[in-house]
Amino acid sequence: MSAGSLTILVIDENRIRASIIEAGLRDAGHRHVTVVHDVAGIARRIAEIEPDVIVIDLENPNRDMLENMFQLSRAVKRPIAMFVDRSDQASIEAAVEAGVSAYVVDGLKKERIKPILDMAISRFNAFSRMARELEEARSELENRKVIDRAKGILMKSRGLSEEAAYALLRKTAMNQNRKIAEIAQSLVTAAGLLGPLEGE
Amino acid sequence: MTAAHQITAGFMPLFDSAVLVVASEMGFAAREGIELKLHRETSWANIRDRIAIGHFDVAHMLGPMPLACSLGLTPLASETIVPFSLGLGGNCVTVSNAVWQGMAAHGAAPDLDPARAGAALGALIRERTAGRREPLRFAVVHPHSGHNYELRYWLAACGVDPDRDIEIVIVPPPFMADALAAGRIDGYCVGEPWNSAAVAAGTGHIVTVKALLWRNSPEKVIGVRKAWAEENPDALAALLRALHHAARWCQAAQNRGELAALMADARFLGQPTKIQMPVLTGHLELGGGVERTVEDFFVPFDKAANFPWKSHALWFYTQMVRWGQLAHTPENLAIARDCYRPDLYRSALKPLGVALPGANAKVEGALKVATPVGSAGASLVLGPDGFFDGQTFDPDRIDAYIAGQQPA
Repeated sequence: MSAGSLTILVIDENRIRASIIEAGLRDAGHRHVTVVHDVAGIARRIAEIEPDVIVIDLENPNRDMLENMFQLSRAVKRPIAMFVDRSDQASIEAAVEAGVSAYVVDGLKKERIKPILDMAISRFNAFSRMARELEEARSELENRKVIDRAKGILMKSRGLSEEAAYALLRKTAMNQNRKIAEIAQSLVTAAGLLGPLEGE
Repeated sequence: MTAAHQITAGFMPLFDSAVLVVASEMGFAAREGIELKLHRETSWANIRDRIAIGHFDVAHMLGPMPLACSLGLTPLASETIVPFSLGLGGNCVTVSNAVWQGMAAHGAAPDLDPARAGAALGALIRERTAGRREPLRFAVVHPHSGHNYELRYWLAACGVDPDRDIEIVIVPPPFMADALAAGRIDGYCVGEPWNSAAVAAGTGHIVTVKALLWRNSPEKVIGVRKAWAEENPDALAALLRALHHAARWCQAAQNRGELAALMADARFLGQPTKIQMPVLTGHLELGGGVERTVEDFFVPFDKAANFPWKSHALWFYTQMVRWGQLAHTPENLAIARDCYRPDLYRSALKPLGVALPGANAKVEGALKVATPVGSAGASLVLGPDGFFDGQTFDPDRIDAYIAGQQPA
């Protein structure tokens, strides 16, 4: 049987992450992938889709509601078990660590589910790495702004060149074993408190 | 200086996580040599999974949840024990304004009386059934929750079959008030502050409270991964002592303002202080400008509130059987009996010289008035603990109780 014969439902309120997972599943040859962002009316969707595997992000607060639905199995018609195999502790840990949970129709073979879960885990990890890098880039930009302001203050109040102002910030940071941005922030804060120093 | 014990705990944004939060934030854990790391969670399923795979050592849990874990009722089963209860009471049943009007037309009064409100709701439901209208939809927070069992107990005692006459769905606590306002549900049973939130928004009426359905009844607990408890007995005992002091602090009236402010923090409940006060004072706004004060509305410490009574666990067990979640077998009964661990509570708190119950179980519903009981070291007052329908639950007569509650 080809990989594409499994029907997979991805429930993720984060559209970007959901599309990353979907792309990965399609690349791996899965043709029956449905992505749902909103759990409103999910029972009907599940009944229509009849998924073999449901991948959901752990941060979705509706997991309790979904699990209850699975247990009543009115919507799903088939018993749903969780994760690949309850005994596969390593897979479960990796999934929870990455923030993903998978529900699998009972009786599906572990060998068939494992690659799907592994893919979801790696995509979740890739997404959080991306989000982290984005956050770092944003704070990098913020840092640069605050350093520029601190340089300006030093240039004005001490009559330094831009280069000398930066060197002073760097030297102070090194002496105090702190980041330049932190020193710059302290200087900006202090200047704000002292008012006239900044000449504003 | 590093702490002697590192303990990781999960909690849900509900007021009854307060004892755990206070243990961490007010220094009670640190004083016992514990570095207590709290993790706010978004679903009970996450709490259960993270306990099961070892992310959390302990967690704020629904009282029946460790039973469900140990009995293999959950997708990710794990042996979870209960050495500490986080308090008694704290829940309400809230309905939409439309349902409240319908109940009022059938004799309901804004007095929180469960028998009167239940009779009115029953009449409303029969009227709707006769008119071939959609069944009312009520929400609880989890299938294995005190909320589910007390809502069902109340309805069944008032002649409503919770499986046939209404629909019961699961909604996360913070979404309850919104779901009610949006008309997706007609009523719900949840812990505070999520009832007062609906009243404050003008979209719901509180019709009765847990404390009147079963006075001083069990609610949340500290669930502990059994393997962790066995490997770390000193850390667990230290934690139980820290929780004991934290619970006492939560009960003290002079700390209410500080406690409400702490829980209002975005890291914990993130709801305005004003909405935390009803649970602390028992003074509730029911909706429509009516106010009532409920005795023993939420009890975080007094009346042996933290003692993990085996009779509480066994009552939950009978309800699991009653509503078809579990078969009543000697094996299952034994698992349920072993899940709550008064022995661990007792051995951890004995050095403090505080009052400890002598028994592990009691006949629930037998205490009509507050009753001092003999205990080692100090005085202890239990109860009253009556069920609203006058029934009692004797943990030594489980078969008869279960047989008596079979649906007709």
